[in-house]
Amino acid sequence: MNTSVTARRSILLAGTIAGLFLAAPVSAQTPPASAPAAAPAAAPLPPGSPLIGRPEGNEAASKLAPVAAPPLPAAADKLPTAQLKLPPGFNIEVYSSGIANARSLRISDKGTVFVGTRFGNKVTAIVKKDGKTENKVIAEGLYRPNGLAFHKGTLYIAELSQISKIENVDANLDKVNKPTVIYSDLPKDEAHGWKFIAIGPDEKLYVPVGQPGNNVLHDKDHGQIRRIDLDGKNRENVAVGVRNTVGFDWNPVNKQLYFSDNGRDWASEDVPEDELNRITKTGEHFGAPYCYQGNFVDPEFGWGRSCSEFTKPIALTGPHSAGLGMRFYTGSQFPAKYKNAIFLARHGSWNRTKKFGGDIIVYFLNKDGSVKSSEVFISGFLVDNKYIGRPVDMEFMADGSMLLSDDWNGAVYRISYGKARTASR
Amino acid sequence: MKFRIVCLAALIAAIAQPLAAETVAERAAPCLACHGEKGVSETADIPSLGGQPAPYLLIQLYLFREKQRTVEIMNEMTKAFTDDDLRNFSDFLAKLPAPPVSTDAGDPARMASGRALITAHRCNSCHGLDLAGRENIPRIAGQREDYLARTLVEYKTNTRHGYDGVMAEATQGLTPAQLADLAHYIARFR
Repeated sequence: MNTSVTARRSILLAGTIAGLFLAAPVSAQTPPASAPAAAPAAAPLPPGSPLIGRPEGNEAASKLAPVAAPPLPAAADKLPTAQLKLPPGFNIEVYSSGIANARSLRISDKGTVFVGTRFGNKVTAIVKKDGKTENKVIAEGLYRPNGLAFHKGTLYIAELSQISKIENVDANLDKVNKPTVIYSDLPKDEAHGWKFIAIGPDEKLYVPVGQPGNNVLHDKDHGQIRRIDLDGKNRENVAVGVRNTVGFDWNPVNKQLYFSDNGRDWASEDVPEDELNRITKTGEHFGAPYCYQGNFVDPEFGWGRSCSEFTKPIALTGPHSAGLGMRFYTGSQFPAKYKNAIFLARHGSWNRTKKFGGDIIVYFLNKDGSVKSSEVFISGFLVDNKYIGRPVDMEFMADGSMLLSDDWNGAVYRISYGKARTASR
Repeated sequence: MKFRIVCLAALIAAIAQPLAAETVAERAAPCLACHGEKGVSETADIPSLGGQPAPYLLIQLYLFREKQRTVEIMNEMTKAFTDDDLRNFSDFLAKLPAPPVSTDAGDPARMASGRALITAHRCNSCHGLDLAGRENIPRIAGQREDYLARTLVEYKTNTRHGYDGVMAEATQGLTPAQLADLAHYIARFR
């Protein structure tokens, strides 16, 4: 270390390293100086600021902040499957582990399971062969590739502000083509920018754009679910007044689109609740940011408005519970009562002193498509007000069993009904 | 300048030498050459690491390894890190003592502006009333002003991608002058 060789090498390389040191400050661009000079002390927050509503000086509230999943996946032997509670007759096993921040799930017609992520930059394929499980990275260097859809051999990937596709994706998973961008007419906001996507029975791609913040009087390009053709053309809003949906699916009986929507934060501990909605006519308004949970006029933006102007949710899914993935059960492995019922993964709250959610809840429907009743299906992710896992998305396998992603642990579980199988760890 | 030369030499040695059979403390020596052995960085633009929560450090090391946070030298240093390396380094660095409370009173007008902005923008809602951070949220109290100022601008322009994007959202309503006042105040927070 103190030899002349090291010293000389230091001098030789110093230029390179010094360049690296300088790189970061230089790349930090100065934003346009359009705003006025420093505001006077205690200036009010700008309208729609994501910070409005946070109580100042309240000790309980000051302990609340978004709960971010650990970046590293949990080891297979540290997964919480034994602590999760399921109805009698159901089994849970680890389908695959070691997939950092596992989020959206899609299954190809060949049985390949694709996994998206919000905090990582990769899309992973889970392949089962000869009793072995392999996680293959099929795309990387992406920006918040949370959303996935699979249709006729093609995988669609939604990053924060663009959608791309890979054709014949599982023809050879060891040599997958780079994604080709098909749609980039999307805002770049971080807040509620990560996406869930799906392809409808009309063979169109459904793409949500959330509110760009907690509670924002936004422009016409936010707060909606839009649909586009599979080549990115012919954009049309199918729903507006949507705060942030991270899961939707079509009712196999009436073909209507149902979606989960997360209510605003910082209004209170218990109100508003998150929503389960359905679209009965194209373009209808679901209330945000004027009205939440169908009967809560927003304290900031609701003045002069009424909840009766907007379509009401078909179910309230709990305060800050963060219902994400939702799917209709169309398989035949589970008992008959689950046929065509809605499974909703409640990721769990952060903006609540006593956490709520961290479970899978089932909604049973009436013949007219409204909600008849609900019951918790899987619980136990929340222990002593802390998460030991967080459910995100579900997809059903060809045999009718359920796959469930857990972004906290970076794992995918399989839930089956009937005689217990040995977990294939 | 002296510190920069020392830390450059240490870094180069670290990059050049095999890492096998070294303790984390030995392997972390080059980190501390730039970031400060006692938790306080004396190198321009390089953050102090003292008093940072281990989960925050783990996230940042992960983002460096995955090139999701791009600082070339840090990407290079963490390139070959295993998951266990990331855990061991973050646990080790989390033991560095928090920077001492600043004795510099700062510019009175800018301090007043910064203090008001902290309250108005609820920075303490996540970073804590003492700005010491917790879990995945960093300590900012006593951090270097140059690093804070640059980081706030990078968050606002989204040239530094945060782990969950919260800071991009939090900095949207702030002007460049306000960001600079915040950095001035937070660096001297007491």
